[in-house]
Amino acid sequence: MIPASFDYVRAGSLDEAIALLKEHGDEAKLLAGGHSLLPLMKLRLAQPAMLVDIGRLSELSYVREEKEYVAVGALTRHHDVATSPVALASAPVLAHVAGQIGDPQVRHRGTIGGSISHGDPASDLPAVLLALGGTLVVEGPKGRREIDAKDFFLSFFEVALAPEEVVVEVRVPRSDGHWGFEKLTKRAQDWAIVGAVAVRTSNGVGVGLINMGPVPLRAKAVEEAVASGANAVDAAELAAEGTEPSADFNGTVAYRQHVAKVLVRRALEKAGV
Amino acid sequence: MKVEMTVNGTAESHDVEPRTLLVHYLRDTLGLTGTNIGCDTTSCGACTVLVNGQSVKSCTVLAVQASGDDVTTIEGMALADGRMHPVQQAFQDCHGLQCGYCTPGMVMAITSLLKENPEPSEEDVRVGLEGNLCRCTGYHNIVEAALVASRSLEMHQ
Repeated sequence: MIPASFDYVRAGSLDEAIALLKEHGDEAKLLAGGHSLLPLMKLRLAQPAMLVDIGRLSELSYVREEKEYVAVGALTRHHDVATSPVALASAPVLAHVAGQIGDPQVRHRGTIGGSISHGDPASDLPAVLLALGGTLVVEGPKGRREIDAKDFFLSFFEVALAPEEVVVEVRVPRSDGHWGFEKLTKRAQDWAIVGAVAVRTSNGVGVGLINMGPVPLRAKAVEEAVASGANAVDAAELAAEGTEPSADFNGTVAYRQHVAKVLVRRALEKAGV
Repeated sequence: MKVEMTVNGTAESHDVEPRTLLVHYLRDTLGLTGTNIGCDTTSCGACTVLVNGQSVKSCTVLAVQASGDDVTTIEGMALADGRMHPVQQAFQDCHGLQCGYCTPGMVMAITSLLKENPEPSEEDVRVGLEGNLCRCTGYHNIVEAALVASRSLEMHQ
């Protein structure tokens, strides 16, 4: 399978990439690792007229510890997040989940910013961001702004990025070893049929759900129950509230909602709830 | 569009369409047909090559993205004196293949794995090969080959 024709420009700087996006508008798509976009283009589900390759902007590849959060450059590849000593120490749930995406070859190419901007409800990282209460730093022609992860995922594959904006950094509050991540797949490398992540921090317990609706979701009813003193078993019973999973050959709606409860319970227990 | 990259130690330069996939550039332009196309959907790992020493699936990389990179395919694995690379040798010694279609991708994926983890456990190897499928289901000897190669590579270092 070969993508439809397009023009390719390798941006030499972030400013150049933003200028190209401004000039070409909806016709242009950013290319980072390409492991979400290229499969869509090969299937002709996406046919951008121009690709602006930002994959080599190495200044956007880093994991840094700041006073209150861990900052990950948008072009940091999953493998580099998974093996980052800073991430392993101060955002271990993020490092672990980055190491569970796809397979080693995919993790050598795919980037955190690309995966999150893609807005796929079946991908793993958005749920981690939601559970941790993360923030995205985006840059456009008018400068930088911050978007809370909970405001970022608008609808199916649609995120709160303007066409000329680029995600430049992902920030997550520092966290420790109180987390749990559960993903049900048929083959190791597959997307989650259902997934759940739970994190316990000083701000309380956050729970994110994977593939349980058109957008990545927080299990708010579970979070509220835990905050009110419920144990993992009782809180997890609320995991399907507000979810709208799709039915496909991997499972029915009822199956996914059942699995969500099981995985949320396990994730909560691993997080120490 | 012009692409320039080093493939198996040789500097290459060609004009390609931007939509040319790296695997097609390697196979059709350079004639390096040792890299197989299996699923063509980033799943099976048959097309695995090394880009700057790391395993990638060349069906999901554009040739233009790899311009400037150092690419290694199965044809570039043999040692300068003609002997097989220790990972290739381990596949022969352990009979780590049945039909052989997945083998080039397996060899490249294991080479990358052993670079990141020179002394893997059996579980490390099995997890590390999650991105490579063997439709003959010959995993037992493939995993054995990886473990034998890890000991052989240690001896070479």
